[in-house]
Amino acid sequence: MKRVYVNEKWCLACHLCEYYCAFANSNEKDMVKALKDIVIHPRIRVEQKDNISFAVSCRHCEEPLCVKGCITGALSIKDGVISVDQNKCVGCFTCILCCPYGAVSPGEKSVIQKCELCTNNMHGSPQCVKGCPNNAIVFEER
Amino acid sequence: MKYVIIGNSTAAVGAVEGIRKIDMEGEITIISKEPYHVYSRPLISYLLYGKTDEERMKYRKEDFYDAMNCKVLLGKKAVKIDDAKKEVLLDSGEVLNYDKLLVATGSLPFVPPMKGLEGVEKRFSFMSLDDAKKLESAISPNSKVLIIGAGLIGLKCAEGISKKVESITVVDLADRILSSILDNDGAEIVKSHIEKENVRFILNAKVEEFTGNSALLSNGEKVEFDVLVVAVGVIPNTGLIKDINGKVNRGIVIDEFCQTSIPDIYAAGDCCESFDITIDQNRILALLPNAYMQGECAGINMAGGKKEFGKAIPMNAISFFGLHIITAGSYVGEVYSQIEGDNYKKLFVRDGLLKGYILIGNVDKAGIYTSLIREKTPLSEIDFELVFQSPGLMAFTRRERSKMLGGVVNEY
Repeated sequence: MKRVYVNEKWCLACHLCEYYCAFANSNEKDMVKALKDIVIHPRIRVEQKDNISFAVSCRHCEEPLCVKGCITGALSIKDGVISVDQNKCVGCFTCILCCPYGAVSPGEKSVIQKCELCTNNMHGSPQCVKGCPNNAIVFEER
Repeated sequence: MKYVIIGNSTAAVGAVEGIRKIDMEGEITIISKEPYHVYSRPLISYLLYGKTDEERMKYRKEDFYDAMNCKVLLGKKAVKIDDAKKEVLLDSGEVLNYDKLLVATGSLPFVPPMKGLEGVEKRFSFMSLDDAKKLESAISPNSKVLIIGAGLIGLKCAEGISKKVESITVVDLADRILSSILDNDGAEIVKSHIEKENVRFILNAKVEEFTGNSALLSNGEKVEFDVLVVAVGVIPNTGLIKDINGKVNRGIVIDEFCQTSIPDIYAAGDCCESFDITIDQNRILALLPNAYMQGECAGINMAGGKKEFGKAIPMNAISFFGLHIITAGSYVGEVYSQIEGDNYKKLFVRDGLLKGYILIGNVDKAGIYTSLIREKTPLSEIDFELVFQSPGLMAFTRRERSKMLGGVVNEY
């Protein structure tokens, strides 16, 4: 299955992936309009220290602890993509307790949020990858 | 292959999904003493709070049993196992035979003997959907509710009904609330937070005697109430295995493949003991994630696969009135603490390994800590000071990180 992979050697710490993620999940058609005057709340997050930086988003694990641990059944895996049913989620944060990557976070408009490879928005394929100017984030089969 | 599963909650679902990873054909029958489609038990407090409803409480979709090609007998109770004949007897008189049996009977509310308890008209436990429905119909805006037990169940119950009753008093024998998951300082923060919401605590106390709707406490205080909830704790429901002389300590004893001491009988979930790797001992880990993973492991092994369940640890994520708490592991060894306002963090380190943690308030990326405990990552191999300050993958070596982010998918 195709996943988002990160090559930290190429990461410039430009944070564009975060902006593209926030835009993709805003459901706005215009990026400027979507991001104007807001503090973004992306599902991919850049970790940065000294001259090291890299982006982290859901790994879509084959044995996902977040799905196994989910108390409501809101998290599920279908064709390898882990998605959240916002209607069922009550925000207990057991997924945050379970995720070894820190890739699930409290949502801004929803209870929790995580990368769903842009299958949950109008774009259909990962926009962080599209927005990365240095190919530090790729979407591929490995 | 004929599989029979006694119980219809988390561990049972784990087992069905585990079996179906390997065996798409075998006949699976689930026996459920409750009349409901599988639902999430921890959601009963959210149901009373109005954050969910019966439809959304379903732990798996409406078509789960069909999609998994299994039969479910609702409202029927398994009363006896005959391990020689490989049969399960139901209260309806029906007999089911099995090739592989899973006991996933969960736990039962523990009600300690209290003088005069029988005379209390409106008294409830808080474990099942029926308990929640009965409690809901017993309370009114004028109700004065007394809850015995300031643990996870008692306090989630308090939150659930807080907007629907006049007052709530919680009594506990321990000197702090949530004593199973919090230390003194952490408990104090959560207690102050809950007290702002129409909940009064009386700690270091127990009920000496009930006289109708009045409880006399061991500290001399008298509490008048009209609805009583007993939420002191739970005990593993081990009867079926005990009756046939299977090995039972506090819970049903299982090996790393989730098999009991009796051939072809497996057990999973709250009725069992788990091997807690943070203390290297068996203990009861009555936790939903644990139940699922144990059930899944049992299912895979029942179907002829081979899977070990080897990374059990205590872990809880819970919130009260918007304040989040995440904890895991055991609170042993050296303590690293960071307390800023309502954000409270404690890490516990022993033998160069993270053994446990408590987070209150800011719980961002808590799973990084959970993973350090489960994977027994030597802290000498990571930047511990950094991960203590701010959990993240930055604390790992570049090499380790490239495995994590560069293609090797997580296995548990």
